[in-house]
Amino acid sequence: MTKSRSAWIFAWALLAPAILYVLVIVAWPLVETMRLSFTDASLKKVTNYVGWRNYEKIYGETFFAVITRTFTWTFFSVLFKMVIGTCGAVLLNAAVPGRHLFRILTMPPWIVPMAIGIFMWGWMYNGQFGMISGLLQRFGLVDGPVAFLAYGSTAYWATIITDVWIGVPMVTIYFLAAIQSIPKDLYEAAWTDGASRWMRFRRITLPLMSPAIITMSMLSLIATFNSFDIIWILTRGGPSGETTTMIIDTYQTAIGSKKYGEGAARAVVICIFLSLFCIAYFRVTRRLAATDRA
Amino acid sequence: MALFQKEETPMIDRYSWWEVVAIYAGIFLFLFFLLSPFIEGFLVSLKPLAQLFSSPYTFWPENGSFKAYFTMWDSVPGFGWYIYNSFLISIVSTAVVLLLVVPASYAFARFDFRGMGLVLGGFLAVSMFSGAVLLIPLFRLMRSLGLLNTYFAMIVPGVAFLIPSAIWLLRTYMIRIPTELNEAAYMDGASQFYTFRRVILPIAMPGIIVVAITTFIGAYAQQFVFALSFNSKTEYMPLPVGLFAYFGKQEVIWNELMAASFVGITPALILIFFLQRYLVSGLTAGAVKT
Repeated sequence: MTKSRSAWIFAWALLAPAILYVLVIVAWPLVETMRLSFTDASLKKVTNYVGWRNYEKIYGETFFAVITRTFTWTFFSVLFKMVIGTCGAVLLNAAVPGRHLFRILTMPPWIVPMAIGIFMWGWMYNGQFGMISGLLQRFGLVDGPVAFLAYGSTAYWATIITDVWIGVPMVTIYFLAAIQSIPKDLYEAAWTDGASRWMRFRRITLPLMSPAIITMSMLSLIATFNSFDIIWILTRGGPSGETTTMIIDTYQTAIGSKKYGEGAARAVVICIFLSLFCIAYFRVTRRLAATDRA
Repeated sequence: MALFQKEETPMIDRYSWWEVVAIYAGIFLFLFFLLSPFIEGFLVSLKPLAQLFSSPYTFWPENGSFKAYFTMWDSVPGFGWYIYNSFLISIVSTAVVLLLVVPASYAFARFDFRGMGLVLGGFLAVSMFSGAVLLIPLFRLMRSLGLLNTYFAMIVPGVAFLIPSAIWLLRTYMIRIPTELNEAAYMDGASQFYTFRRVILPIAMPGIIVVAITTFIGAYAQQFVFALSFNSKTEYMPLPVGLFAYFGKQEVIWNELMAASFVGITPALILIFFLQRYLVSGLTAGAVKT
């Protein structure tokens, strides 16, 4: 490829609009968030710089409980997505009639507007009239109605399940593609040697799809950490803050209470975590690419 | 992509009868988890309100009817507009994304100048930040641009977060176009722009279509945070936020809400049905290959 000066100009001219757009809509607000985090910005006209006070306030409050909750919530959600996604991919990979239809049927939770899927879950979790509580009572597993979103512990798991539900289809399809790219002769060789189906899964499928699992859990980690719509629509962070993750907390502080400065400080903390995840992701993918070439 | 091809069943893939039973049972459980909200939602849309709000719970509709699918239009008079808004926002967003992303992906696929790797990494990093974190400065930006309470308040920020995955997908597609085409065009004296416009674009069209579809679906599915925060005008509301209108003053008209949800997701479902093979290959090509 020619590396002439005109090619250089042409390449950057092609890139310029997209770069400019992202700088204005994402990079500038990021910088602005950092600036705001050192101010007492609110609905008032006057804004003063207050140094580290917003960060000190975070330190004194329930924020550590929120951080811990965000991490456990994210951990369980990602774990379930990976386990269910792996099982789903293996099942959909089985050569049984109807598998093409089954593959299509996995996709709706991913493709449908998130808010609509969440509304449907909201109804299912309803204690008096919802399906889950209703069926549990019908089968005699619980005595009375269970309002899943009204208690901290059940609301915590209910929001995780909905998040898993939205995330599983993409994970499954991605894992399915990873399984299908494994050379068939490996399985044939193992089969000739008399390896059982479980052994073939354990010794061939799982090791060879592990790069896909690692990549996907990193991507899923970042998406789950950012999860907003699900908790906001189902519980708004309640009951009594027991499903409040960092994103919800930031939104409530900044938009709900109109404390822009304090909200910005919380947003900066989130951004620091996200940046760490990003760096980890790039490292991992680079290492995977390197081992791939070797 | 052999994902959806029919192939013969070799010996190794033959299952004993109990394995077949186990596989179907597993698939049934898996799909039940993924589809139960839709099944329940559909049944709710058929049930009369009296049955919905009665104990004990009944699974099947009694005197079920499609009545809610007709009355929903009267309960929330603007509902048709919400669908229209959702489509309008998604179409304009997709168009803007393509305008920005097609040239950028070509640059990433064909040229390798100093700094471009960094820019590509920067684009990917953007996709990892949530719009919900940047709401305050974005709100101020929209306000100073005079875009609050317009369609653009939802389109402009939404596009930024759709760009990264679109670039990633299309770049992967364009890398596979042989460089010999560029060289041949260069020999014939074609300018860089002419080559891009007349040689590359037509060949890249299938890839561009895949990106357009995934971007449209992304834009249609993700309209929530920005619509909730930057627009308070009912006439510009997209579907996900508009559905809140069914949460009436006293109680939620659940059967109509579910009917409205189904009407709202039908376009997306029709799209997947026809386009799933492109979606799968597009998704995996973008994600697996680096």
